Amino acid sequence: MRYLPHTETDRQEMLKTIGVDSIDDLFVDVPPAARRRGVIDDLPLKKSELAVDRYMRGLAEQNLVAGHVPFFCGAGAYRHHVPATVDHLIQRSEYLTAYTPYQPEISQGTLQTLFEFQSQVALLTGMDVANASMYDGSTAAAEAVIMASRVTRRKKAIVSGGVHPQYTEAMDTLARYSGLSLMACDSALDHEAGVLDHLDEDVACVVVQTPNVFGTATDLRAIADAAHEKGALLIVVVAEVVSLGLMVPPGEMGADIVVAEGQSIGNGLNFGGPYVGLFATRDKYVRQMPGRVCGETVDANGRKGYVLTLSTREQHIRRDKATSNICTNAGLCALAFTIHMTLLGEVGLKRLAKLNHANALVMAKALKTVPGVEVLTTRFFNEIAVKLPKPAEEVAEALARKRILGGVPFSRLKPGERPDVMLMAATEMCTDDDIAQLIAGLKEVLS
Amino acid sequence: MSMNSQGRQTTPEAVDDIAAGVGMLGGRGLLQDEPMLFDAGREDATGTDWPEIEIEDDVLGSLTRDSIGLKGLTEPETVRHYVRLSQYNYAIDLGLYPLGSCTMKHNPRLNEKMARLPGFADIHPLQPVSTVQGALGLIDELAHWLKTLTGMPAVAMSPKAGAHGELCGMLAIRAAHEAAGEGEKRKIVLVPSSAHGTNPATAAQIGYQVVEIKASEDGRVDFEDLKAKLSDEVAALMLTNPNTCGLFERDIMAISEALHAVGAYFYCDGANFNALAGRVRPGDLGVDAMHINLHKTFSTPHGGGGPGAGPVVLSAPLAPFAPVPWVVKTDDGFDVVEHVGEDGNQSFGRLCAFHGQMGMYVRALSYMLSHGADGVKQASEDAVLNANYILARLQDVMTVSYPGGPCMHEALFDERFLAGTGVSTLDFAKAMIDEGYHPMTMYFPLVVKGAMLIEPTESESKDSLDAFADTLRGLVEKAKAGEVERFKAAPVAAPMRRLDETQAARQPKLRWRSSMANDTSAKTEA
Repeated sequence: MRYLPHTETDRQEMLKTIGVDSIDDLFVDVPPAARRRGVIDDLPLKKSELAVDRYMRGLAEQNLVAGHVPFFCGAGAYRHHVPATVDHLIQRSEYLTAYTPYQPEISQGTLQTLFEFQSQVALLTGMDVANASMYDGSTAAAEAVIMASRVTRRKKAIVSGGVHPQYTEAMDTLARYSGLSLMACDSALDHEAGVLDHLDEDVACVVVQTPNVFGTATDLRAIADAAHEKGALLIVVVAEVVSLGLMVPPGEMGADIVVAEGQSIGNGLNFGGPYVGLFATRDKYVRQMPGRVCGETVDANGRKGYVLTLSTREQHIRRDKATSNICTNAGLCALAFTIHMTLLGEVGLKRLAKLNHANALVMAKALKTVPGVEVLTTRFFNEIAVKLPKPAEEVAEALARKRILGGVPFSRLKPGERPDVMLMAATEMCTDDDIAQLIAGLKEVLS
Repeated sequence: MSMNSQGRQTTPEAVDDIAAGVGMLGGRGLLQDEPMLFDAGREDATGTDWPEIEIEDDVLGSLTRDSIGLKGLTEPETVRHYVRLSQYNYAIDLGLYPLGSCTMKHNPRLNEKMARLPGFADIHPLQPVSTVQGALGLIDELAHWLKTLTGMPAVAMSPKAGAHGELCGMLAIRAAHEAAGEGEKRKIVLVPSSAHGTNPATAAQIGYQVVEIKASEDGRVDFEDLKAKLSDEVAALMLTNPNTCGLFERDIMAISEALHAVGAYFYCDGANFNALAGRVRPGDLGVDAMHINLHKTFSTPHGGGGPGAGPVVLSAPLAPFAPVPWVVKTDDGFDVVEHVGEDGNQSFGRLCAFHGQMGMYVRALSYMLSHGADGVKQASEDAVLNANYILARLQDVMTVSYPGGPCMHEALFDERFLAGTGVSTLDFAKAMIDEGYHPMTMYFPLVVKGAMLIEPTESESKDSLDAFADTLRGLVEKAKAGEVERFKAAPVAAPMRRLDETQAARQPKLRWRSSMANDTSAKTEA
């Protein structure tokens, strides 16, 4: 086996040093009934690198690659250009094959990049402070609800009908089993303020999304004021982080916690994971925040350096009193985010966001020329909800047969609901020709 | 002041600086001191070529933002910045990384290459199912491997890390008790004192009362204490096996029988599966749920702290409650069940958006196919062999916490051998850095004082293990010879000296702010 360095001679010598006759003598504590000396059946034996490569390629080739076709899927996962530099740098051994930076003297590379990441996330979201990342946007949202309950000592959460349904489900699962009740409003195209209908003094938090799952961008200031008046926190979900390059950030609209999916920056689609969750809040709540945090300090010579800090919130110190059971972040995905964001800078991110918005405007305009198609979203960033004269799942399937990935049917996220609505996104990757092919394809499929 | 041809100072003061290891740029020779992005970057710099466009029919209006405050670097500056920073990291590719409980093994680059095939990396999680048959097939095949290696009938694939897997397994247990009408009654989760902190944190997060089980004198669960605490109020036991002392729980069959006899479930923390894969099937031990850290056992890289992946295998009584989504085989390929209640399922809910850590699934399957069932078994045997070899090479100079028998894939020592030297476990660990090694896991598990937990993994050759053992023996000698200052000062040869963690926690500086710009006071004072 090419990854194992021992020869049989090595193994025999080592067994001799240990003082046993065979490897079986090292497994004596295993109950006899559970000892297996032979190789487990029903699994293949070892393969050469070439054989594995061929086999995996065979599987990969059964999938329709987004980059090979006109592509308009979004709904929480967006296809953007990732500069070649990003993937090259994150594959450096020192980043790829390091552990969590428990020994800061020999982990400053990871730690400083986390400090840069936290600074970028705080600025983007308009918040005071950010952690070193969460698993993804949806799990970050779930943790945010639990955190709001800790801060307010209240047990109710209200989730807007504009929040991505799979995020709502992830929040509901964790909330329900953590002793909270979560009330999810009916799906609503442009009514984040619907959360206020259920607001009372028992509510820990209201959760809204902008742009929401239908693409609608919302001014949240009035919602924040109303929530705060009742002592509830405002949690804002951002599923498309590129939007923060163009739009007023939640932090400037009164958010108490901002959670976002950071995949769009630095990370590919990857069929849904691994992604990187962004988590930002106000200074006053920092000790209630879940997850790893990196902080600045000095070493014994007074040189500036970084360490993981505020660990008294965390499971390895606090055990059953921890703020969360989380014990990792999305390290390498966060690094990809940071490198890509560094390459963009303020200038590049703003231009990128504008390109996204411009392409979505072109797409929306073109869709209005298709008979029977109605563009539902009026105030959007790079994604819109479109009403079709036929069931959206059928249309998506028919377009896929024409090698066009035309969008995400809303009913894929919420079965039976709004079966005629398709969610369609246009990023900087989208060309005029892609849009022309989409329009032609739609016209054929809908005729 | 004069300069040599490389631009270095040649004045006497500069020579002193160089002797002290510090060059004009603040670094040590070719190890460059690299400022933080927000000190190095500029508001108007970018490493991208996106055009500036004007939008006439912008629909965002008053929602358009002004300044963000970000800084950027051009492409060559970005490359240099992050390559320089990388050089401040230790990594498994640089040397032995003996962190117990973490399984820092070789990360084959074939897996990275496979994960980047466009057919896996460039597909959307909500594309029509007909267009992702290969992806669903891959998930199904990995699930088959995990079920077969563990001897369990079902697996929930979506958990995104080990702790997320714990949450998944414990939620399945809770849902099963609730379905049996015992949700209210069963309030207690038993956790041994040696457990990972995530175990009690997970149980507490979903409302369970955590009751600790004592460790026995031989480093295992005290079975008598366990039996005394069992009742029909117990929902589950969370036990790591091999445990965090690196020992196989000899009573494990009796433990699972006793749990099942009172209607409780057995959650096994699978962090240490690298000792057993291919050789012992947890299903044969009576386990009901176990997460598998794909980033440990199946070598998807740790990436400086993630992303991980933590699929959870489930026994037949727990399988119906698994979280959505899951892949099913149909007559014409694969489909995916994405909704609670679909086809009458009893799923406890959804843990995250989409399908889980696909990129990690690709790497893990590539690793498994390369090894085969025979290679996975050999890897586990070599991991156990290597840990026992370290134990044998060090037992006469360091205190083995639980002597008298073999360990599994990691060897536990404690601070007793340092008694009277003035050197602590922390000092000893930091001195290892000056010798070129990443320290072992220290002060964990909590059941011994000043723990040093060494997990060499199967990736180390005999020569590598010998060099490591010789180094530790040398350090023990120096500690006993009274060279305490060397240990207290360590590390001195690392990129940084010991960092002040107390200051970091007391006055948290968790991000850059414009008021911090050009704040080099800390450095200047030095």
